[in-house]
Amino acid sequence: MTTVRIPSPLRRYTNGQSKVEGSGATVRELIGNLEAQYPGIQSRLCEADGQIKRYVNVFVNEEEIRTLQGADTPVADRDEVSIIPAMAGGR
Amino acid sequence: MSYVTSDQLIAKLRKEIKEIDAHELARRMQSDEDLTVIDVRELDEWSQGRIKGSVHIPRGFLELRVEALVPQRDQPIAVTCAGGTRSLLAARDLQELGYTNVVSVAGGFNGWKNAGYPFSKPQILNEDQRHRYSRHTIMPEVGEEGQLQLLGASVLLIGAGGLGSPAAIYLAAAGVGKIGIVDFDVVDTSNLQRQIVHRLEDVDKPKVESAARTIAQLNPDVKVIGHQTQLTSHNALDIISQYDVVINGSDNFPTRYLVNDACVLLGKKLVDGSIFRFEGQVTVYDTANGSPCYRCLYPDPPPPGEVPSCAEGGVLGVLPGIIGSVEAVEAIKLILGIGSPLAGRLLLYDALEAEFREVKVRKNPDCPVCGEHPTVTQLIDYEQFCGIPHTTPVNINGMGQPVLA
Repeated sequence: MTTVRIPSPLRRYTNGQSKVEGSGATVRELIGNLEAQYPGIQSRLCEADGQIKRYVNVFVNEEEIRTLQGADTPVADRDEVSIIPAMAGGR
Repeated sequence: MSYVTSDQLIAKLRKEIKEIDAHELARRMQSDEDLTVIDVRELDEWSQGRIKGSVHIPRGFLELRVEALVPQRDQPIAVTCAGGTRSLLAARDLQELGYTNVVSVAGGFNGWKNAGYPFSKPQILNEDQRHRYSRHTIMPEVGEEGQLQLLGASVLLIGAGGLGSPAAIYLAAAGVGKIGIVDFDVVDTSNLQRQIVHRLEDVDKPKVESAARTIAQLNPDVKVIGHQTQLTSHNALDIISQYDVVINGSDNFPTRYLVNDACVLLGKKLVDGSIFRFEGQVTVYDTANGSPCYRCLYPDPPPPGEVPSCAEGGVLGVLPGIIGSVEAVEAIKLILGIGSPLAGRLLLYDALEAEFREVKVRKNPDCPVCGEHPTVTQLIDYEQFCGIPHTTPVNINGMGQPVLA
């Protein structure tokens, strides 16, 4: 299983959990499987064609997947996947 | 018991220690050689003027401090004083410590000055400052030189809110000489849960005034410049160009892209932090030194309403204290040129999990502003940029060519 880090704005889909377990050989598969468990999360992360939204950053371990193979970036069992959204708050 | 007079001692040292004159020193300082020039005069002499590029260790502290400055015994050192006598004695002491490549500058600072070579009159800390900043200056990474650098530095805070508050207070306490604050807002009671630079008595007053008063009460060394205006594409370059380092504590995406682009265009270092509920992010963008920028990490803004603001989602009051303080630390490191800046790395803090971690931020070679072929070469309309879907050509407010947002 792969640990997926869920940021605050998406935790309402994961019953408030900041970390969930998921499975899938690629980021795309992983998110697809997460959707089955946590309905609604996929459309917050992906475009209709399955590509990650441009304003959402997904990291496999320390690397952002745009610098790897995008949604097709392979995910191994012990990898940690982090969803990191842009946050504007400062005030 | 045999003895020598001081004249005899000096004469003996002149035979033993290699001397160079001002011309030779100037030549060696201009060459590629890694020469350390140590001035061993007393502080009052040093404060009257010094050879540009020299470092000051009074002779009484020479043996105690030189190792931190020059760790390798074979590194070349030139010792100088006022006239070239004390430097002989100091050079002898260095040789006794095992330094093998030491010369004394004949004629000293006076000879240098008379030969017409450049010298500078260094600022020195006054007595109050020496006491106030003693916990800084005692650390070799800062020292008196570093403290003077801080006093001579300028930092611009975008926003005197949650992040700007702790940053303003710590930078002021640290003695950053000029702090600019851009904020058009007035203090509201709901700000006081986290915006610690403001007080209850400041409610309804402009935030820049309130912050300036707090800073003035803390440290009279700091000059505060209030920019009580909204940062826009029209004033951003003018305001930001007046500062060395920018700290971003704004609360909206258009301002974040605006500040980023302006800093890239001006080659300014930007310390960027953001907060939401119990989570914070902080990083450094320094594109002039090859680091990525905000757009490399976040190429497109989220559609309006997609990401809730702190006003909608809330924020733990202490959280900006952590993130804003990290921003202040990074700004100070950038000013002093010490440590490893948080560039190319995004530091994430989750207060609920009590967890810090970091991910990498890679430079995007196709970045529209800091990439190899930039398409954003001047500031655009950022409200528009943040209100439209990507890959749609937009006209940019009559300010130039259309760009792909």
